[in-house]
Amino acid sequence: MCLGIPGKVIEIYQADDMKMGKVDFGGVVKEACLEFIPDIQVGEYTIIHVGFAISKLDEEEAQRTLEMLREMEMLADELPELDEGLPA
Amino acid sequence: MKYLDEYRDGELTRKLLSEINQAVTRPWKIMEVCGGQTHSIIKSGLDQLLPPEIDLVHGPGCPVCVTPLELIDKAIALASQPEIIFASYGDMLRVPGSEKDLFSVKAAGGDVRIVYSPLDALKIARQNPDKTVVFFGIGFETTAPANAMAVMQAKNQGIKNFAMLVSHVTVPPAITAIMESPQVQVNAFLAAGHVCTVMGYWEYQQLVDKYQVPVVVMGFEPVDIARAILMCVKQLENGQAKVANAYARSVDEAGNLPAQDIINQVFETTDRAWRGIGTIPLSGYRLRAAYHQFDAELRFPEIQTINPQESSLCISGLVLQGLKKPNECPAFGKECTPQSPLGATMVSSEGACAAYYQYGRYAANLDQKEDI
Amino acid sequence: MSEPFDISTWTCPLPLQNYPTIVMGHGSGGRMMSDLIRHMFLPLLDNEVLHQLGDAAVLDIDLDLSRLAFSTDSFVVHPLIFPGGSIGDLAVYGTVNDVAMTGARPLFLSAAFILEEGLPMEKLGQITTAFAAAAEKTGVQVVTGDTKVVNKGHGDGLFINTTGIGLIPPGVQIAPGNAREGDAVIVSGTIGDHGMAIMSVREGLEFETRILSDTAPLHELVETMLAASLDIHCLRDATRGGLAAALNELAKSSRVGISFEEDRVPLQPAVKAACEMLGMDPLYVANEGKLVAIVNGEIADEVLAAMHSHPLGQEATLIGRVVVEHPGMVVSKTGIGGSRVVDLPAGELLPRIC
Repeated sequence: MCLGIPGKVIEIYQADDMKMGKVDFGGVVKEACLEFIPDIQVGEYTIIHVGFAISKLDEEEAQRTLEMLREMEMLADELPELDEGLPA
Repeated sequence: MKYLDEYRDGELTRKLLSEINQAVTRPWKIMEVCGGQTHSIIKSGLDQLLPPEIDLVHGPGCPVCVTPLELIDKAIALASQPEIIFASYGDMLRVPGSEKDLFSVKAAGGDVRIVYSPLDALKIARQNPDKTVVFFGIGFETTAPANAMAVMQAKNQGIKNFAMLVSHVTVPPAITAIMESPQVQVNAFLAAGHVCTVMGYWEYQQLVDKYQVPVVVMGFEPVDIARAILMCVKQLENGQAKVANAYARSVDEAGNLPAQDIINQVFETTDRAWRGIGTIPLSGYRLRAAYHQFDAELRFPEIQTINPQESSLCISGLVLQGLKKPNECPAFGKECTPQSPLGATMVSSEGACAAYYQYGRYAANLDQKEDI
Repeated sequence: MSEPFDISTWTCPLPLQNYPTIVMGHGSGGRMMSDLIRHMFLPLLDNEVLHQLGDAAVLDIDLDLSRLAFSTDSFVVHPLIFPGGSIGDLAVYGTVNDVAMTGARPLFLSAAFILEEGLPMEKLGQITTAFAAAAEKTGVQVVTGDTKVVNKGHGDGLFINTTGIGLIPPGVQIAPGNAREGDAVIVSGTIGDHGMAIMSVREGLEFETRILSDTAPLHELVETMLAASLDIHCLRDATRGGLAAALNELAKSSRVGISFEEDRVPLQPAVKAACEMLGMDPLYVANEGKLVAIVNGEIADEVLAAMHSHPLGQEATLIGRVVVEHPGMVVSKTGIGGSRVVDLPAGELLPRIC
C-alpha cells in the first residue's frame, strides 16, 4: 500500500511555513515536504511517500545489515542472530 | 538507485531463499499485510521460489481495494459536478463503482486530475478560486500524515475551496479481525514496512501476546522480503512469537512522532467499512470536528448515491482475508480481468487479483493461459 | 529544439502578422488559408511536388522488383513541445519509423494539420520548423498536405496526421508473423526515455531531470542491420505501450512465445529513478526512437555489431529468445531468478501511491 522510495536530500528551505526540500532519486529531483523529519540534513537519505519524507534512512544500519547478510554462512544452525526482537 | 538496488540483489535473495528452504520443516501460512508487498512478491517471482511448505497469504493491505463501494460512488458523483475539480492519486482512477469509474467521469467532461502529492491538490485549489477541489484521501497510516498536512495547511492558509473525501483505514484492527475470524488460519504476519515507518511497531506487541503469532516488520524489495520470511520461519520452527524488525533502516519501535502527531491533530479513529469484508470497529480515520469544514461528505450532504451493487461473482472479500487465492476464483481471468474488473482487487495495481493476472499466475503452470 | 520562431523575419509576412493566433478563417479554404499555406508551410516544406499544390501528389516511383510500404499515424501529444522534441519531430519520425519497420526506405510523406482556434502562430511556426527539419534529416519529401481549423476547446492545440510511403528492396521479408523458435530478440537501446520525458513536464507530476525524448528516425539503423544480414524476421518500433506492447504484439502475430531477461533491458538510471518514484514499470513506458528486432539466432551477433556501429544502436542488446512454450505470451526472467508474465498494459499508464 505504500510506495516509498529512497532519495537524497540536496536542498532544504521553507515554503508556506513548511520545511520543504529537493530530493534526488538518482537523476530525478522532486520537491518533498520534510516536516516529519525535522532534523534531516542535506546529504542524508530519506524515504519519500506521496511527496512527503516519512523517515530518515539509517545508513549505518543499512550497511551493517547488508554486510551481515552477505557474510551469512550457508549452514542454517550457524546463522547469526537474525531474529532479534526489539532493538538493543 | 542507492538503497534500492542493493535490496534487489539476486544472489543475496537466492541465498536467503536457500536458508528458508533449509530452515522449514512443516507447512506454514504467512500473511503479508501490504498490497505493495504482494505486488513486489509476485512481480519478482519470489513466491515461486519459496519452498512449497510456505503458503504466502495475501492480506487486506490495499487501501484502494478496501475503499467501500459507496465512497467510490460518492467520489464519482462529486467528480461529475461542474463546480468541482476532483483530485486523486492515480490508483483510484480505474476502480469500478456501481456503474462506472472516475476515468469515465473524466471522459464525460468531469474535471478529474491525478496528483502525486496531496499538496498538489491544495495548489489546484489556490489556482482555481471559483471551483472547489475535492481530494480523495485514501490510504493506510502511511499516507495519513500527508493527507492530514494538506487539510491543516488548508485551514492555516484559509483555503476555503478545498475538501477531502476521507477513506482512511488502519492495519492493527484488520489483523485482529483476521485472527478473530474462525476461517482464517494465519501462523505469522509480515507487517507493512511503510505503515510501521510512520506508526512504529509497538502496537503489534499486544497482538503477539494475545494470539501468539510472530510479527516481522518487512520492507518491499526481494532481499527485505526473503529476510523477513526467514526470520518468520525461524520463529515458527522454534515455537517463538515475537515482534521483529526486518526493515530497521526505515522503521523503529516508536515510529515517526511528528507524523503521528499530525494524524492525531487532524484525524480521530472511527469505525470503517472495508469493501468485501465488512465493518471493522475503530479501523479508520475521520476528520476531527475542528476540521469538519474540509470534510467532503459533510460539505456536500446532498450528493446522493444509488444503492451500491457489488457483483455477485466477485469474491474479493475472501481474497483480501487470505481465504482464497485470486486464481481460485471462478471468475478470475474470465468475466473478471483488468480490462473488465468485477471488484477492486482486480483494478488496483497492488490488488492481489491484479497482481496475479498481470504477472501470470493463472494457474500452477504458466502455459495454461489460453488466450492468444 | 525549441528555438523561438520569429515571424518578423519573414519576407512577406503581412497577412499572418495580423494574426498572432490561428482563427477559424485559416481553415476555411479562402485567402486566409492560402496565406497560411504559402507563408507558413510552403517556405519550410517546399519541393517540386508540394509546390504544385494539387489536390493529390503525382509521384514517379519505379517499383521494379520492390514493394511499396504504406503507413499512417496521428499525433496528439501534450504538451506540444517537450524535453528533447516536439509534435513536429514525432509526426515525421513516427511515420518514417513505421515505414522503416518493413525494411523500406521512406520516400514521401503527407501532412495533415488540424489546428485549434487560438493556437499561437509562433508555436505553429516552431513546430512546423521542427517538422521540416525532421523531414530533411530523414530525406523524405512532404508532397501533399491538408489544413483544418477547429473551434477553440476542441483540439488540444494541434493534431497532426502523417502518412508515409516507402520502397522495400527485394529480398527483404520482414513481417510481424515471421518470428521462429530460436530467433534472437534484440532491443536497439534504452527504454522509457520518451514517456518519462513527457511525464517530467506533465502537470501535477512534474520533476526535474535531464531525461530527453528519444524521438529519432530509425530507417538508417534498419538499413545498416539489413546490410549485415537479410535474415531479419520482425521489426517493431516500440512506441505506446512500451517494449512490453511491442513484444506482445510480435508474440501474438507469430504465435510464438518470447522469453527475455529483465536485467538485460537497457535503461537509463534517470528513467529508472523516475519510474520508481511514480510507481511505473519501464517496460510499459513509451519510446519514440527504439525498435525491437527478431532475427535468426545464428546471425544475431552480426546484426548486433552493425547496430553498435550506428549512433542510434550503440546500446543495442540481445535480451531474449523466441521459444515454443507459452505461445502468444511474453515471459521474463526476473532479477532474482523468478519468472513473470509481461502482459499487454491494461490502459493508460498511471502513477500510483500503493
